[in-house]
Amino acid sequence: MQVFHRSTNTISRVSVFGAVFFLAVLLWLFYELEASPYTTRQYVAREQPVQFSHAHHVADDGIDCRYCHTSVEKAAFAGIPSTKICMNCHSQIWAETAYLEPVRESFRTGASIQWNRVNDLPDFVYFNHAIHVNKGIGCESCHGRVDQMPLAWQASRLQMGWCLECHRHPERYIRPREEVFTMGYVPAIDQAVLGPKLVAEYGLRSRRVLESCTTCHR
Amino acid sequence: MKPPTLLPSLPPAPGPAKDPAPSAPADFASLRRRLEEERGRGRWRSLEELAAAPEFEAALPPEFAEGADSPAPIDRREAFRMLGVSFALAGLTACTRQPEEKIVPYVRTPEDVVPGGTPLFFATSMTVGGYATGLLVESHQGRPTKAEGNALHPASLGAADVFGQASLYGLYDPDRSQTLTYLEEIRPWPAFLGAMRTAVEAQKPSRGAGLRILTETVTSPTLAAQIQALLAGLPEAKWVQWEPLSRDAVRHGARLAFGEPVDVVPNLSRAAVILSLGSDFLGHAPGHLRMARDFAARRRELASIEGSKGGGVRLYVVETAPTITGANADHRLAVRPSEVERLARSLMAALGGTGGGSPSTGNAFLSAVASDLAAHRGSSLILVGDEQPPAVHALGHAINAALGNFAQTVTAIDPVEARPADQLAELRTLVEEMEAGRVDTLLILGGNPVYDAPADFRFAERLAKVRLRVHLSLYADETSTLCQWHVPRAHFLESWSDARAFDGTASIVQPLIAPLYDGRTEHEVLGALTDRPERSSYEVVRDFWRTRLGPDFEGAWRRALHDGLVADTAFPARNVPRPEAPPAAEEARAGGETGLEALFRGDPNLYDGRFANNGWLHELPRPITKLSWDNAALFSIATAGRLGLKKEDVVRIAFRGASIRAAVWIEPGVPDETVLLHLGNGRRKSGRFGTGLGFDAYPLRFSDALWSAPGVEVRKEGDTWPLACTQLHQNMVGRDLARAADVEEFRRDPDFAHRDELEKEPSAADSLYRPYPSDTYAWGLSIDLNACIGCNACVLACQAENNIPVVGKDQVRRGREMHWLRVDHYYGGNPENPEHFFQPVPCMHCEDAPCELVCPVGATVHSAEGLNDMIYNRCVGTRYCSNNCPYKVRRFNFYHYSLQFRAPSMKMLPNPDVTVRWRGVMEKCTYCVQRIQGAKIAADIENRRVRDGEITTACAQTCPTQAIVFGDLADADSRLSRRRREPRSYALLSELGTRPRTSYLAGLRNPSPKLPRPVRAGWSELEPEKETGQR
Repeated sequence: MQVFHRSTNTISRVSVFGAVFFLAVLLWLFYELEASPYTTRQYVAREQPVQFSHAHHVADDGIDCRYCHTSVEKAAFAGIPSTKICMNCHSQIWAETAYLEPVRESFRTGASIQWNRVNDLPDFVYFNHAIHVNKGIGCESCHGRVDQMPLAWQASRLQMGWCLECHRHPERYIRPREEVFTMGYVPAIDQAVLGPKLVAEYGLRSRRVLESCTTCHR
Repeated sequence: MKPPTLLPSLPPAPGPAKDPAPSAPADFASLRRRLEEERGRGRWRSLEELAAAPEFEAALPPEFAEGADSPAPIDRREAFRMLGVSFALAGLTACTRQPEEKIVPYVRTPEDVVPGGTPLFFATSMTVGGYATGLLVESHQGRPTKAEGNALHPASLGAADVFGQASLYGLYDPDRSQTLTYLEEIRPWPAFLGAMRTAVEAQKPSRGAGLRILTETVTSPTLAAQIQALLAGLPEAKWVQWEPLSRDAVRHGARLAFGEPVDVVPNLSRAAVILSLGSDFLGHAPGHLRMARDFAARRRELASIEGSKGGGVRLYVVETAPTITGANADHRLAVRPSEVERLARSLMAALGGTGGGSPSTGNAFLSAVASDLAAHRGSSLILVGDEQPPAVHALGHAINAALGNFAQTVTAIDPVEARPADQLAELRTLVEEMEAGRVDTLLILGGNPVYDAPADFRFAERLAKVRLRVHLSLYADETSTLCQWHVPRAHFLESWSDARAFDGTASIVQPLIAPLYDGRTEHEVLGALTDRPERSSYEVVRDFWRTRLGPDFEGAWRRALHDGLVADTAFPARNVPRPEAPPAAEEARAGGETGLEALFRGDPNLYDGRFANNGWLHELPRPITKLSWDNAALFSIATAGRLGLKKEDVVRIAFRGASIRAAVWIEPGVPDETVLLHLGNGRRKSGRFGTGLGFDAYPLRFSDALWSAPGVEVRKEGDTWPLACTQLHQNMVGRDLARAADVEEFRRDPDFAHRDELEKEPSAADSLYRPYPSDTYAWGLSIDLNACIGCNACVLACQAENNIPVVGKDQVRRGREMHWLRVDHYYGGNPENPEHFFQPVPCMHCEDAPCELVCPVGATVHSAEGLNDMIYNRCVGTRYCSNNCPYKVRRFNFYHYSLQFRAPSMKMLPNPDVTVRWRGVMEKCTYCVQRIQGAKIAADIENRRVRDGEITTACAQTCPTQAIVFGDLADADSRLSRRRREPRSYALLSELGTRPRTSYLAGLRNPSPKLPRPVRAGWSELEPEKETGQR
């Protein structure tokens, strides 16, 4: 006496397999979601109180990164320009335009412009710009082609796996110090040759040091 | 009286706290018996341990007290349900997106400020009791976060004490008074100016006859000049100073000896034999950091085997209350207060002087001291405590003179105080005038006389008879409530001012931040009485120095601000007449009194009560008793036994009709038939921490018995008061951890400290741990127990540097204090007058760390440089690591303690370079990894190795005696490596094979060969040279 029809065998097989498959898909989905721009806000251009265009200032005007981001070579924080730095130029050019009124207002009243943060690491990460820039890591390697961003966006995932990729293999990303601020840098010789040479020359610490937790977390 | 809860938002801790402090056996005989059976070094941590090992072990709190982790009785199903839910929720919390943040740049960046760059440091000075100590304060974009010592300042030499370290907490204390009030209503500053104007005008016809100004001890040249200028215009007005921990006796003693109140500055760097008559010169005295440094340097000389002749120091301490100075003595004698003078006179006689004492040659201690002093003419030193009567001070000067110590180990200088006066007499006159209605206007600039004036002055009652009362203070306190005008005082980190250090050096007080509230300095309040009330303190101080800094004022002024002091202002040595011993007073005090004597001393943490709302200082275990949050009435074992008292019993202590309640604590080393009370606790009106915690002893303090009250009555009240004592917390039971030896023993066997290691330590080859390659720095720490004086400054430095929260009394009782660095305190030998040993214990950073293996989530791992890293964002709070740590140095956040950093002002306190940890996360000493990484980055940018000494941990930086050295073991020439090669170097529990990176140098004591060690009873009972050392 058969209680179940023979076809239920198939159903049971499918459902066992299905459950495994379902869980796998769920995990995959979770991972994708976690690493997706939905979570990381990668590629999402941020609105700003003044619609500042890096594309214009970097590409059209050819202003060096360090003119505004003054402390990038000597401090953890690259530095967001003070209103004074904006006004160095804009007291002369575009001095009347309504578009820049928030900047002039800030300069008049002494109230800071409140920019929306684009690249935001978690608070338990102690990232230091100075050491990266001094050891031949280009702005572009993390911030992307800033010279092509009308409104700035976050070019990288900024998750730990992404950081570790470079901390484990800095030779893949290192560039000569002179080229750190270059946008659209292309290595003159094969990176596989240049990279290890620069790593040795700049005295980068061993992988074990760069991987140690307290290198970034304190 | 219920202690206030620390964090109102926290859920109450489950269940009643298990009593961690069992009652002390007051059975003297059994203690003595056990001790006689004791062989070996005889170290113990508590009377319970000494008395009965089984009871002690049963009473030992488990590492985390019982019930610490069970919220309520719970069944199996419920447990699984909770487990599932919390697992799911824990996973979900990781899915939040980061909140959007703003970046707010400067409009015009101030010079030298680099956001996210190196912080700036500014020199300033802190005064305690009037005397300045230089500080160097770290400022992050205008936000002061950490105080260090100022290496250029003679009173600091780079070290800061607990008060200096805790000053930032005081600055940001949300309970500080924030508004100017008149009869508790808010008033604007101009209203106050108007009121003062009127008051001064009313005083003018009588030439100020009704005006009184009451200040604390003033050493500030600017303030003194201001007051004197004011008094010149109103000659009938009076300036009164009052400091409850008064130095009247010091001034009096100098007058007796020299005819004028000169200051006598000791120079310990030349002293080979020191006798302290009740002086706590390592703990609290003007210039104590300097003296501690010099003392430790002399003591280090003992450790050189070759230099056995000439170097080193021997310290004899005769004291009435146990202090860290006594704890560091080579010979300590506990006597009742009245005996000190007798002893000093006998000593004077023994040295061939006159002074009315008998040489009493039969006394072993005295004859040993006398012969030692006589053998070191010109290199000996007598120090007398502030609490001793003037005659003892005069005797001290006379003995120093008789020994030819003047111009050698002591120097007389002009008085450092702006106007040395008999403060008690002046205050007495003031209250009498108040009583008589002759005081119309009273300005109280700082201080809290309603709380701390002598009880018989009935200050509060008489204050009411003054028509206009003005009080300037940091908190709306007991005195403020009785004054019409309350002016919030600017914290010294918000103020411009100046003060003098112990040697007269003029020190500048420079603000680190604009006043957070409407705070005013005493310069501004005094200015309100003049016709130029608009002058800021900056202008007042600058104007004072304008004529005194030479032709290039701007240059010299900038120099003074940079250095924190005005160069070459230390007072020069001056000639004084040769002091003679004062004749003995006729009243036969000695022997005449019977009964119990109460002793009053400043609190090691709260001083006279001014720090009573400082959470860091409250929670800091006191150096000797290891009590935190409360004071207690301290009794000796015998006295407690006679009175039938147990620890935590509440007693009523009565004296001349006044009485107080206090909890009992039994402390070895307190003289028999005395009860020691620390002042400054039991505030009636302070902030959330200060009010109602501990017991106020001021009501028993009468003007003719400021420091000791003979004939107090002690009666048991019947109830008990829980005390939070950390002495038994984190116990490494029964091992020889704090090692020390006599110099002779050390010279015979230099390897005594690490003999065990040589014999027992397993070789690295036997280890199951895989070896960590070391191709880079290898950080390590060495702590010299020969230099450590147990002052606790390192504990607070660590707390300030690493954002360590305050947990509150209830939590401390459960063993949950968060201090990453603790100072263990061991007793040695005879419980009547034990030896003391201090041992700071940070994380050992084991090379083969037991904690790392057991973490299921890899939250504690080994770094390439040998640090045992703690990764907060991985930690899930299993606490396995702590279970497996043999040193008990890991701390767990049972509650969300870091919420306390969310109060608006407290948000400014944390160090931005260190993560603020959450609930459920393990944490521990990191060797200040933020400083290591900062220095490494700076060095790497310059393509060089980190230099030796470039990195200091917070504890090492503030240590007054430089007992702690941090460095690189991979560098064979580093200071650390050199220390590790010293024969005294040893590691804790090295037989476990953990191979700690933290190591210790064993302590050395330099006892007199003529004395048994330790001295076992009060001096008068001591039989002549009969007993032998029991060690």
